[in-house]
Amino acid sequence: MTQPRREVLEKLTPVLTKRWLSPDAWKIDVYERLDGYAALKKALDVHPDDLIQLIKDSGLRGRGGAGFPTGLKWSFIPQGDGKPHYLVINADEGEPGTCKDLPLMTYDPHALIEGAIIASYAIRSNRAFIYIRGEAVHAARRLRSAVEQAYAKGYLGTNILGSGFDLELVVHSGAGAYICGEETALLDSLEGFRGQPRLRPPFPAIAGLYASPTVVNNVGTIASVPYIVLGGADWWKSMGTEKSSGPMIYSLSGRIVNPGQYECGLGITLRELIELAGGMKPGHELKFWTPGGSSTPLLTAEHIDTAMDFEGVAAAGSILGTTAMQIFSDKDCPVYATWRWLEFYHHESCGKCTPCREGNYWMVRTYRRILSGEGTHADLDTLQDTADNIFGRSFCGLGDGAATPVISTLKFFRQDYLDYIEGRTAPRLSAKALVGAH
Amino acid sequence: MSDTTIEFSAAAAPLAEKLLAPALEIIARYPEGRSRSALLPLLHLVQTEEGHVSPTGVAFCAEVLGITKAQVGAVATFYTMYKRRPSGEYLVSVCTNTLCNMMGGQEVYDRLTEHLGVGHDETTADGRITLEHAECLAACDYAPVVTVNYDFAVDEATPDGAVELVESLRKGERPAPTRGARVCSLKEMQHQLAGFADEREGAVGDGPAGAPTLRGVNLAQQHGIAVPNFHLDAPIAKTKPAREETK
Repeated sequence: MTQPRREVLEKLTPVLTKRWLSPDAWKIDVYERLDGYAALKKALDVHPDDLIQLIKDSGLRGRGGAGFPTGLKWSFIPQGDGKPHYLVINADEGEPGTCKDLPLMTYDPHALIEGAIIASYAIRSNRAFIYIRGEAVHAARRLRSAVEQAYAKGYLGTNILGSGFDLELVVHSGAGAYICGEETALLDSLEGFRGQPRLRPPFPAIAGLYASPTVVNNVGTIASVPYIVLGGADWWKSMGTEKSSGPMIYSLSGRIVNPGQYECGLGITLRELIELAGGMKPGHELKFWTPGGSSTPLLTAEHIDTAMDFEGVAAAGSILGTTAMQIFSDKDCPVYATWRWLEFYHHESCGKCTPCREGNYWMVRTYRRILSGEGTHADLDTLQDTADNIFGRSFCGLGDGAATPVISTLKFFRQDYLDYIEGRTAPRLSAKALVGAH
Repeated sequence: MSDTTIEFSAAAAPLAEKLLAPALEIIARYPEGRSRSALLPLLHLVQTEEGHVSPTGVAFCAEVLGITKAQVGAVATFYTMYKRRPSGEYLVSVCTNTLCNMMGGQEVYDRLTEHLGVGHDETTADGRITLEHAECLAACDYAPVVTVNYDFAVDEATPDGAVELVESLRKGERPAPTRGARVCSLKEMQHQLAGFADEREGAVGDGPAGAPTLRGVNLAQQHGIAVPNFHLDAPIAKTKPAREETK
């Protein structure tokens, strides 16, 4: 393993990950010693509108994938409307490749809780929910314990720290449905329904949870808030780029020496991240990678110097997404990888809209046929046509996400498909997995 | 919905006797008139008794919430974590989504299938283990991963390591997981999923962060790298007082 150069090491920005080094930071007294709840005290001395302005000034953008400006989202909540307002935290982490919110909630749960209290105060909400992925049991265990401790210390409940502000916070476990990471499906699920996306408009800011104004934010977004309140907008903007400010946790996995979580200013490149991660695994050469989970178009070795911020990745034809970089090498087959992702999207499609429900059903079968050595040239046209009809025509982003690896591998790795079809690559699946005939 | 005098049908009564008190506690977490929000935790709750969602469980949820069994059934069948058949004491899940799959997860799953003689969502004859292949479990930096009752049990799993794990579980042992809390039964885990605290002394503190999680932050610490100019008292521009004077 090669040591990263100093100038690359200096791109690390330990902010949200810093308390992970303190094994007991989930305990409230330890958290308090590590600047915990100092931001809440500071925030409660400021008018909510001034807090919203602070978040706007910081340039903070949503960490869940879409990158929407957080302060702007908060400002969409109508004030003085007489309706209850809600803060809902999307902790349904499940985008393939993404593994940053689970450690954050497990090792530093109070950061999320403190951020949730400040955000609720800013949008004038007295009830907040953390919708956590069902399978994330240890993170939920820590969060529930932390919430209980925060109530005991008067950070939650009525008249928080004598401010007159009240907040009830509930940690709500999901039950295994990727679609619930989509914010409107999440809201339906939280209301006790099947998690299926809603038609927008109206947007959650107007009619969200229980048809009331609701802010839905990702874990990383809300956990960033206390740091901005403490350090200020200018300090926050000292990290990242002009339009993509602040630090970001990059989740690196796959064919690298040291997979893991690397928090760096937005705008770092994959080349630099791989250097931080000790380089590619011996004998592996970079072939393809996801910039932000499997729902973002794949990039290749030629994109290794793309700036990993919202603008840079968009310019390269993909999406920053969740900065979940799954790194594959020349030893990995992009056709097989895409098939496995398709099995996932097919399983997770909620069934509400036809393009996603039917399209994934058929694409999975086409992939099985190709990987069984029974594919035809026409299959590639079928795949392209199906993916094009799912993309942009589905009810929510799940369909777009499913079409994405198909479209990008057909674009970059057509030869790999042809090698199966023309018999140069040995079949990866046995014929018994074959369903449907030509 | 905090009406404690609900008349339960004969179908729901056996569960109601055991679960009414915690069910009402769950419902109380949600705003007045919004009791349906309690449905997901209630379905987890019925699994603490039955290990799956049976017609009795459906009837209980429907009656305690005042909705129809069809409405409950529609929700119960939508989510993967609600089991349709009785499951084993331990749910062993192997991630076979793309990244884990290509890092060896498929071999781990195939070996377990062969070794245990069961397929996806099937339970061994001794009732100990239900096996499943899972989608991304959000731990790709430890690929491939295996969980027991959803807690991370084996990281960077190998077929041999996974067989060792299930053999140990079948012997009645509870091997220490790599990053989750100490192993409990699947029914006990459902209690936590319903939103109740893990009452086992010390369990919340179990599970140290693994090396991959800490890689970036350790690297920074090792090389003395911190973000400069962080001052807790950076001013916030105030355009109006924090609170209006009380009338």
